[in-house]
Amino acid sequence: MSLWNNYGMNRRHFMQHMATAAATIPAMNFLSHVQANADVVRSKQKACILMWMGGGPPTIDIWDLKPGSKNGGEFQPIDTAAPGVQISEHLPETAKIFQDLSLVRSMSTREADHGRGRYYMQTSFVPNPTVVHPTFGSVVSYELGRNRKALEIPAFVSIDGGAGQAGFLGMTHAPFVVDNTGRIRNAPTEEGRSRLDGRLTMLEEIESSFMASRRGDLPMAHKDVYRNAVNLMKSNQMTAFDVAKAEASLGLEVESEATKEAYGKNGFGQGLLMARRLVQVGVPFVEVNMGGWDLHAGVFDTLKNQRLPQLDKGIAAITADLRKRGMLDNTVLVWMGEFGRTPRINQDVGRDHWAASWSVLMGGGGLKNGQAIGATDKDGVQISDGSKAYLPGDIWATVAMAMGIPVNTVHTSKRGRPMKLANGGTPIQELIG
Amino acid sequence: MQSLFVKPHWIRCFGVELRRFVALCGLVMVVACSRSGISADDTKAGNASNGVVAKNSETVAAEGLLVEFIDQQLRQAWLDNEILPSEAATDEEWVRRIHLDLCGRIPTLEEVKSFLKDKNPRKRFVLIETLLADEDYVTNFTTIWTNNSIGRATPRRVSRTGMEKFYREAFAKDRPWNEIVVDIVTASGHYEENGAVNYTLAQMQNQDDGVQLTATTTRLFLGLQVQCTQCHNHPFNKWQQDQFWEYNSFFRQVKKMEHRKLDPNTGGMVDDYSEVLWQDFSGPVYYEKRSGMMQVAFPRFEGHEVDPGGDTDRRTEFGRLLTESIDGQAPHIAQAMVNRMWSHFFGYGFTRPVDDMGPHNPASHPELLDRLSHEFVASGYNIKQLIRTICAAEAYGLGSQFNNKNKSDDPAAGEIPLFSHLYLKSMQAEQMYDSLIVASNAHQSGRGGWSAQEEQRQKWMQQFVVVFENDENDESTTFNGTIPQALMMMNSDLIDKACSIERGSFLFETMSKPGTEPQKIQELYLAALSRYPTRFEISKFQKMLSGNSYRNNKLDGYQDLFWALLNSNEFVLIH
Repeated sequence: MSLWNNYGMNRRHFMQHMATAAATIPAMNFLSHVQANADVVRSKQKACILMWMGGGPPTIDIWDLKPGSKNGGEFQPIDTAAPGVQISEHLPETAKIFQDLSLVRSMSTREADHGRGRYYMQTSFVPNPTVVHPTFGSVVSYELGRNRKALEIPAFVSIDGGAGQAGFLGMTHAPFVVDNTGRIRNAPTEEGRSRLDGRLTMLEEIESSFMASRRGDLPMAHKDVYRNAVNLMKSNQMTAFDVAKAEASLGLEVESEATKEAYGKNGFGQGLLMARRLVQVGVPFVEVNMGGWDLHAGVFDTLKNQRLPQLDKGIAAITADLRKRGMLDNTVLVWMGEFGRTPRINQDVGRDHWAASWSVLMGGGGLKNGQAIGATDKDGVQISDGSKAYLPGDIWATVAMAMGIPVNTVHTSKRGRPMKLANGGTPIQELIG
Repeated sequence: MQSLFVKPHWIRCFGVELRRFVALCGLVMVVACSRSGISADDTKAGNASNGVVAKNSETVAAEGLLVEFIDQQLRQAWLDNEILPSEAATDEEWVRRIHLDLCGRIPTLEEVKSFLKDKNPRKRFVLIETLLADEDYVTNFTTIWTNNSIGRATPRRVSRTGMEKFYREAFAKDRPWNEIVVDIVTASGHYEENGAVNYTLAQMQNQDDGVQLTATTTRLFLGLQVQCTQCHNHPFNKWQQDQFWEYNSFFRQVKKMEHRKLDPNTGGMVDDYSEVLWQDFSGPVYYEKRSGMMQVAFPRFEGHEVDPGGDTDRRTEFGRLLTESIDGQAPHIAQAMVNRMWSHFFGYGFTRPVDDMGPHNPASHPELLDRLSHEFVASGYNIKQLIRTICAAEAYGLGSQFNNKNKSDDPAAGEIPLFSHLYLKSMQAEQMYDSLIVASNAHQSGRGGWSAQEEQRQKWMQQFVVVFENDENDESTTFNGTIPQALMMMNSDLIDKACSIERGSFLFETMSKPGTEPQKIQELYLAALSRYPTRFEISKFQKMLSGNSYRNNKLDGYQDLFWALLNSNEFVLIH
């Protein structure tokens, strides 16, 4: 059946055959070596997990507190494992592992509208009527995804996301969107799955004769897409989306109740846990979305009671988990929204849109972590004198460097216009050392 | 060598010539008939049509001549490039193609059967006229122009319903294209009372001094890509940066107002309606040169200066200037529409991209584009007449299979299109949806069911907005198939419904009817692919259906076959 993956035997079959043979051949050790090696190889592959905070998080209450200022708000800073770096008191777990994280506190990004800010932060380019720029996950998919031959699932997965576009890099690199339970839209039902073989045999007949009818390459392209979709549907790697099934078919251990609890039993936490499994099977870019940051009113209550506890657990758990598995140095973490929020607290005890001075969190990736780069003034309203202001392109250039994508890469838009990677941003010197 | 080649070609052309002659006579007669039988459900449309009826024979003769001109121009290019056109399309291939292109859906089983049975040598022309009068023609072009105007994902505070209503009326009443465009670019008012304003609202999502509105208007309606000159002079032609800002200055009197209202239930404010208003603006616009120098630009359209004073309604002036011809050339809006319409039927326009016309991007068939544009203006910007002419051209009736002598005519490989065979096009999302609905109701004689399902369709469309969204300006000729798109075709509710074997479904009804196995396979082929299966195909599937998997459950077998037909490349590609 040629629509099938061509390897003839997938890993599960291989394992089953070997397991049967194991009774007579005393070579079980060899097998677990193969398994272990595969995991080592994969965990050495570079990846990026983007934690996207839709709505624009008030970083002045999270990463760059201003105690004593009229803009300071209700929260107090606490020390972290990184000497000299303080963060909000509502992030105690994150504080404990801050040697593996870093802050860029001097973001200055000019776009304070949700749509434009999102576009700018995710692509490094401001919106322009002549071209659609790829979101950075699509860039990674384009640069790294094509070389991961063993990867059977899409190279850019967005958990609970939506709006990112692949732009001129083409639809193949668009985000593959799932929700945080791992449900995939239009995944086959049991019934559909059981009928698939018969249906595909028939499809093969019809497609082949049309392909042979001298009508150019499109009929073949159609068949290719279907082959990829079927491979995806049949791939064991698909189970990485599903916490209940992953262990059985991927050799990943059962996620213990304690692990699930550590990440947080909420969409963001479970999304991050899924992201870790996806990185384990070789997906180079995973975006985990957490919304609800557009806090024009009641900012402190919402942060204290809802957002920050979830955030704290999630960030601390993923960082520690990746560290424990030896994956942290190859997995770069980025936490950002479309902009920060006004230092001034409005009459509804909220903060409005603010792009002039705010923070982005980074971590892992072999970066020189445990530091805060750049600073804002005592009221948080502008970048401090002597601090370099950073743009999204600088963040993504740093990520590119950490992932082994040449920073001087240039893509070509559909109109033949050269487009620099990350809009020509420069890796942040302090982070790359 | 040369003479060996030319001779058979000439002979062939002569044969074609004869066929064309017969066919054109057909066109003339059919057009005459259809014109006199106009159903005037609207007095305005009725009055407009009477005028057309009066100049009937004249118009029809002109149309015939124009078709002949197209054929002659294309043939000359084939001759010059030493290629031979493909054979004419079979009736099966053609009936499917014309339904998808004009009505945005595949033909029903009945429509296919009756067309294939029809012995009338002029039946293709009859069908073009029938479909142009079909409600689905209106729906199809409404969908296309709504997507062009506001995108598939409706922007914030824009009324898709309003936009659709505007286009629906425009296409139903067969309004002249210049009037439609002028209405769009000058529109003011409430977004549901005057649906035309939604175009402007959609382009005013950012507070950008009308930059997006300028860029889209010139690109979409004028076929000019001046937006690059927003920031710098055009690299390849004489367009200067000031040109963008001259166009832009026409749109500075536009203001968007988003109204809110009190929600009596919650006591909070909620979104109400949006509207486009006039705002005071006079004098020049200011912009920055790359050197950092500030410059001014006044409203000017192709050399026509407009009074920059506060009393001038600049958009009205813009609308007026749109239809002025420039140096003997047809107005931009005529050329842009002709190019777009040609590309709609052939998959490629005379320029690539279709909306980037100008001295830097010469047309593949400049004389043809020029003549069609002038004739379009002369017809009073009559859209249906333009469509009729293009569909009657020899090239549109050609098969999609290439031969040894026109293999090189492959625009997908970057060649200039010569239109010597019909290029494959991928179905758009809406065509796919509507076609699946047709296929799943294939047994029901009454049509029209799907236009009532607009809401359902919109809901379904939304989940695939991202999946199907082409980049702006993209020619949608490549199969931009993605995995989510394939998963949708393989596993969605929609396909399940199409393949349903419940009582009342197409498959159930077909299977319960008396008939042999080959006859049933044939019905499935006709419903999905609008063609009869070959003997080879029938015997192959008969064999499969009697194999182990289906021996005890024939219905499953037919279901799987129908699934396979609807998932095939032959189904999703327009050929």
